[in-house]
Amino acid sequence: MADRDRILVVGASLAGLRGAEALRRHGHAGPITLVGDEPYPPYDRPPLSKRVLTGEARADRIALPSRPGLDLTWRLGTAAVGLDLAAREVALATGERLPFDRLLIATGTRARPWPNAAEAALAGVHSVRNRDDSERLRGALAAAPRRVLIIGAGFIGCEAASACRSIGLPVTLADPNPTPLASVLGTRIGAAVAAMLREAGVDYRPSTRVEALESDGEGRVRGARLVGGGTVAAPVVIVALGALRNTEWLAGSGLAADAGGVACDGQCRVLDRDGRAVEGIAAAGDVARFPHPLFEDGPVALEHWGHAVAQAEHAARTLLGQAGAPYAEIPAFWSSQFDVNIKSVGLTNGADSVAVTQGDFGARRFVAVYGRNGRTVAAVSFDQTRWLPAYAGRIEARAAFPPILGATDQGRVAPADPGFPASPARG
Amino acid sequence: MRVVVDLNRCQAYAQCCFAAPESFALHGPEVLVYDAAPPPERRREIERAVQACPVRAILLEVEPEEAGSHG
Repeated sequence: MADRDRILVVGASLAGLRGAEALRRHGHAGPITLVGDEPYPPYDRPPLSKRVLTGEARADRIALPSRPGLDLTWRLGTAAVGLDLAAREVALATGERLPFDRLLIATGTRARPWPNAAEAALAGVHSVRNRDDSERLRGALAAAPRRVLIIGAGFIGCEAASACRSIGLPVTLADPNPTPLASVLGTRIGAAVAAMLREAGVDYRPSTRVEALESDGEGRVRGARLVGGGTVAAPVVIVALGALRNTEWLAGSGLAADAGGVACDGQCRVLDRDGRAVEGIAAAGDVARFPHPLFEDGPVALEHWGHAVAQAEHAARTLLGQAGAPYAEIPAFWSSQFDVNIKSVGLTNGADSVAVTQGDFGARRFVAVYGRNGRTVAAVSFDQTRWLPAYAGRIEARAAFPPILGATDQGRVAPADPGFPASPARG
Repeated sequence: MRVVVDLNRCQAYAQCCFAAPESFALHGPEVLVYDAAPPPERRREIERAVQACPVRAILLEVEPEEAGSHG
């Protein structure tokens, strides 16, 4: 590999930036160009659904720190629209074609829109994914709407509900599952979040689907009609239905890329349609679907902050021919809402048991550990983060479930059904 | 200056809150909130916060012109 090889990074958010830094740190001296569809230098997204909405933080003051002297070329505000594998070129929306010798794909995700496009286009309908979204929504919330309707009680929906309540806005949160965060935590632990929502004064509507958003006749949303009858009047609606992976630009490229992400091997090398690794092209972050050695159900794509950082580092080393053992970083995330710190290590996917092992579930200060087929696969803490490193070790060791019996402060560890929805419902 | 905290790593020891109370605070027992773009005059205390963090979760970038102004 030539030191002067041109490396192109498509996607200029957390994974793209950390990938570019890692390329320099591991010795690449040649040109590195970052392409990003947004006009802004890389910024930190977690505040967008929290303190930016309350006005405590500003969307133009959350730029990510990076190492000085990286000597990167930036192509911001320019979406990539195609990849020509044979010519080793990326096509941009401007019509230009950028040649590369090696490529890092880090195009991430975007907000899943409200499925009815005409309703989604009504003024007052918001999503929360990027700086512009969040600034627009902040403006709408600062105008003190008489109610905010949030559709979807995943992390973004719950965090947005928390932000709205903390500035005193009436909030209705509608979700098709029996508890919030049901597909990630299960309904057994999700019940703790339901209690938090209700105590904070959120009008939380579980097992509720929104049928349609209603116009005021002048192009503004005035509320929503619910399946089975009933309406919610709200001039501001936040659509929080999860994310879509940005892989459309790879259609027809020959890479194995679809709505589930761009397929990679354990070294972050992208795969072609025949499942063969493509030399010199890697992917990282939300958009990458890869085999994780801890989870045998098949490849996963993880929308976690720490994963974007760690996988970008791994992908950079792969691009430089320096990869060692396959990527195996243990998944981890955090969410803060209603001043409670929810954190997780491992993956709850497919868990068949859950047990509270430390703390007080009723006080929302506890650790819940998830098991699958007798092995420990995940741990979730509510204001008990200091237990998680110990559980991370047990998860990596594929320890029996429940794993740390001697140290539990419960009278008895009582595994229960986590209560995952049969097929996680959206919207 | 730009600051980002790896909140997976953060264990809410709150040492940053003591070192740089205008820039870091806990909401509830564990939720760390912080100023991602503190003014240059807070540089010394932010650097103390970076050093004080027992789990090294704080990443700080100082713009070249700020670094220059501090010699």
